[in-house]
Formats: sequence, structure tokens, C-alpha cells
Amino acid sequence: MLILHCPNCGVMADETELTAGGEAHIKRETVGSDDAAFEQYLFQRENPRGVHFERWRHTSGCGKWFHAARCTASLEVFGTYPAQTVEPPKEITDKITAKRPGWSWRSFS
Amino acid sequence: MKKYSAFAIAREAARYHQGWERAWAKRAPKAKYDVIIVGAGGHGLATAYYLGKNFGITNVAVIEKGWLGGGNTGRNTTIIRSNYLQDPSAAIYEKARSLYENLSQDLNYNIMFSPRGVIMLAQTHHEVRGYQRTAHANALQGVKTEWISPSQVKKLVPIMNIEGPRYPVLGGLWQARGGTARHDAVAWGYARACSDMGMDIIQQTEVTAIKREGGKVTGVSTTRGDIACDKLGIVVAGHSGVLADMAGFRLPIESVPLQALVSEPIKPCMDVVVMANTVHGYMSQSDKGEMVIGGGTDSHNAYTQRGSFHHIEETVRALCETFPMLSRLKMLRQWGGIVDVTGDRSPILSKTPVDGVFINCGWGTGGFKAIPGSGWGMAELIAKGHSPLTDEFGLDRFVEGRFIDESVAAGVAH
Repeated sequence: MLILHCPNCGVMADETELTAGGEAHIKRETVGSDDAAFEQYLFQRENPRGVHFERWRHTSGCGKWFHAARCTASLEVFGTYPAQTVEPPKEITDKITAKRPGWSWRSFS
Repeated sequence: MKKYSAFAIAREAARYHQGWERAWAKRAPKAKYDVIIVGAGGHGLATAYYLGKNFGITNVAVIEKGWLGGGNTGRNTTIIRSNYLQDPSAAIYEKARSLYENLSQDLNYNIMFSPRGVIMLAQTHHEVRGYQRTAHANALQGVKTEWISPSQVKKLVPIMNIEGPRYPVLGGLWQARGGTARHDAVAWGYARACSDMGMDIIQQTEVTAIKREGGKVTGVSTTRGDIACDKLGIVVAGHSGVLADMAGFRLPIESVPLQALVSEPIKPCMDVVVMANTVHGYMSQSDKGEMVIGGGTDSHNAYTQRGSFHHIEETVRALCETFPMLSRLKMLRQWGGIVDVTGDRSPILSKTPVDGVFINCGWGTGGFKAIPGSGWGMAELIAKGHSPLTDEFGLDRFVEGRFIDESVAAGVAH
């Protein structure tokens, strides 16, 4: 079972306490955006076999959202961090680079 | 290819079964093909088969990184039905179901199609209304289904407890012509027929790059060298995103594990397929006597072909309530497959931004039932550039907001 550290309340939470919220760091589109931009925002996903940044909600706990960096091939968790950010903290990206050299993500790496 | 028949069995029995030939030939890849299909699962092999049968295109290779039918084709719960809500879905799934009826004869390979009937249980009032609506939609689409009462459900499935405390059975959507088939045999049968038409089935060869020139596909690089092609069909289910990345485009898809399990074999006790979408469980009894049980998908993306254990627990707990006798059964095996899920829970059969590359993916949790129809439509799409079966399932529907929304229609499991 997946166990994630909730950075909001500090609890090591089991998967059954959490709700997955899909891909993180998606750029939100709004009034004035064209159809292609909305398609990217609403439907297009990275879906990598490897490093994945995703949103989780500590539903049966503090109820707050946070982000996690995880490998979808091995299920290794690289770390969790607060949701109030547009990209992961450097300590997490450094850790990923050490373990998965050459990884990449849409807007940062 | 020697035909399989009762006479062939007698002939081989008389000579100690020494004369059976390989079902499909093992060949080295050629330098160039008219069409390369990536993925030798049911959908990929069916696509190749109908390319040859319906359009006479036989200079075809099917490339598979593992072994034939070793992905989701060999991991599903073998349910075949076509009681979908939306018209484009009903068309392609009903085409598939009707092709399954004669597939054994068509392929000269016994796929053990068993039209034993499928019930989808309604266990909430929301589901009652949903399935009654589907039954009416199916009547208009020419798909034979009917809404049946709890007592009719009980008559079809005596082992079911229809008065459970949490989820009483309020009725069901019954498709008498639905059923099951032997999943491996579907892949093997198509492979044998493809090989007989001169197509090459190349296993244990992984595609590592897709080569393009001026926005057009020219071939693939594989672990056994480069192979050129005019057209490329990507039919790789859970790994579609990985292949799309090689071709330089993105897909509206997320890959999640879906699990299934089987019990120890017992005497025949249930001769229909039962699906219970409210509690994420579906069940049928195999010819060996095992209860074949399908569960829900994991909530998060993964490529592990395992799945989270607590989902199995939830599925079994819910099924024990609906089928109290299950609580005495030991479970034998559990496994997972990676399913590629789209936003509207409908598949993608489409041209792509790369000229000559076609993609067939997004079947999510319900691809097995669609194999013949999917192959039929995909072959036409590759050969002619469009097909009435696949036109509605294009990638452009996500830009245009023209969804084929089956997630609302079906609730969860497909």
C-alpha cells in the first residue's frame, strides 16, 4: 500500500486515507484561451512511465491538498510538498535527478 | 496452414500428435512493410487480420515487446457485451459482439465464445433510472437488451442475495446475447490467421523510436534493428502514452492498474455473467469452475501490473454481501493490467498529428469485448483513412468538446 507523508499535518497517511487528485502543476486556462489551450488544460496528460508529479488530498485526515513526486514504474515516492507552489522544491528535484538521471517534465526538470 | 477439425484430431491421435504444425510462424523482421502494427494483443492482431481479410493488405508486421497476448488480452475477465448508452459506442461494441458469434468459424480456431448472458445489477435508484434509460437507448440502436425485475434476477442467479442490507438488488439490465470467450484463444486465433496470410508476428522486440521525415512516418527503431514502413498503427493500450511520446504528440490518457482475481474451482453454480457497478465487482464462472472476479481501478497512475491490495479487499467484501457463498471460497490468483483511461471513458481510434501514424487506445477497463469491432474499424481507418465505425472516436473530439460520454452512462466499471 502506498504511504505518503502529509506535509500539512505531518501524518504518514495510508493510501486509504487519501484521495488521488491527478496530475500536478497543470496550467489553468480561463476566459480568452483558445480551444487548443483548453484541450491541454482539461485532457492532455503527461502520463509518464517514470517520474510523476501529482496532487493528493488527505481526505480522512486534515482534509488538505498536497503534492507528491512518485515513480509510476516502481511506485517509489521521492517526496511530498505543499500544494501552494508551481513547481517542486529543489531538494526533491535533486533527489529525483540522483535516482533517475535524465528525467523531464513539461515546464521544468 | 492445415485446418483444425474433428478429422484432424482423429488423424493426429492416430499418430501420437506428432503432426501438429506451429500455430504461427516465427520469422525474422523484413527491411520494410506496408503497415507495421505495434502491439500483438487482441486489438493489434485483429487490426492486422482485417487489414488482410477486408482490404488485401498482407505485407504487415505485428511487433510485440513481450509475448503475444501477454498484456491486457491475457489479463481481463473475458466479458463480452454491447449494452452501451451512446450511439457510436453501441455501434462498435455491437459490431464486435456480432463478430464474436462467428469468430471461431471465421478463424478456424475455437475461441470458446459462450453467449451465456450478462446482467448489470441496479443496486441504487440512480442505477435503476440509468439502466432503464440504457435499455430504451439500446432498443433504438438495435441492441437487444431488457430491464428485468429482482425476481427475474434471482431466477437467473439463485446464489445471489437480492435483499442485502447495504445494496439490495433493485433490478438489472439483461443482455442475453452477451457472454464470455477464451481470451488467449482470441489472440492465438487471430495470430494464426494473420501468419497464414503471410504476415510476420515478431515477438520479444521492443519499439524504441518512431522515425519521421517531414511530418510523415518512415519506420521504427526496435531492439532488433530498424524497420521501415508506410503506415504505422499504435495499438499498445496502457503504454500508448510512451509510444505517443516517441512519435512526438501527447494523448488525453492516464494509465492505471486494474485488478482481477480467481477463486479455487468449484462445481457449476452460476451460468451467467454478473456485473455490480455500485460495488465495483463483476463475476462469472469459468469452464474450469473458478469464479473469475474483476475489481476496480487504482486511483493513481501506475505501470506496475499489480494494483493496490485494498481494492481487492473492497471488491471481495462487496461481492460477499451479494453472494454470501463466496465467503467460503479460497482465492487462487490475483493480477493486474495497465488500462489506458480517457476523460470520457470512450476509446480513441484516430489519425494522429504524424502523417501515416494511427492510434487505437483508450479502451480503459473494457477492451476485450471490443476486439473484433475495434480491429475491423481500425483496419478500415488505416486502409482508407476513415471508417464509419471509428469516425466519432477521433482525437479531435477533445478539442471540439464532442465527447462520447460513457462515464456518466456506466457509473464506473466497463
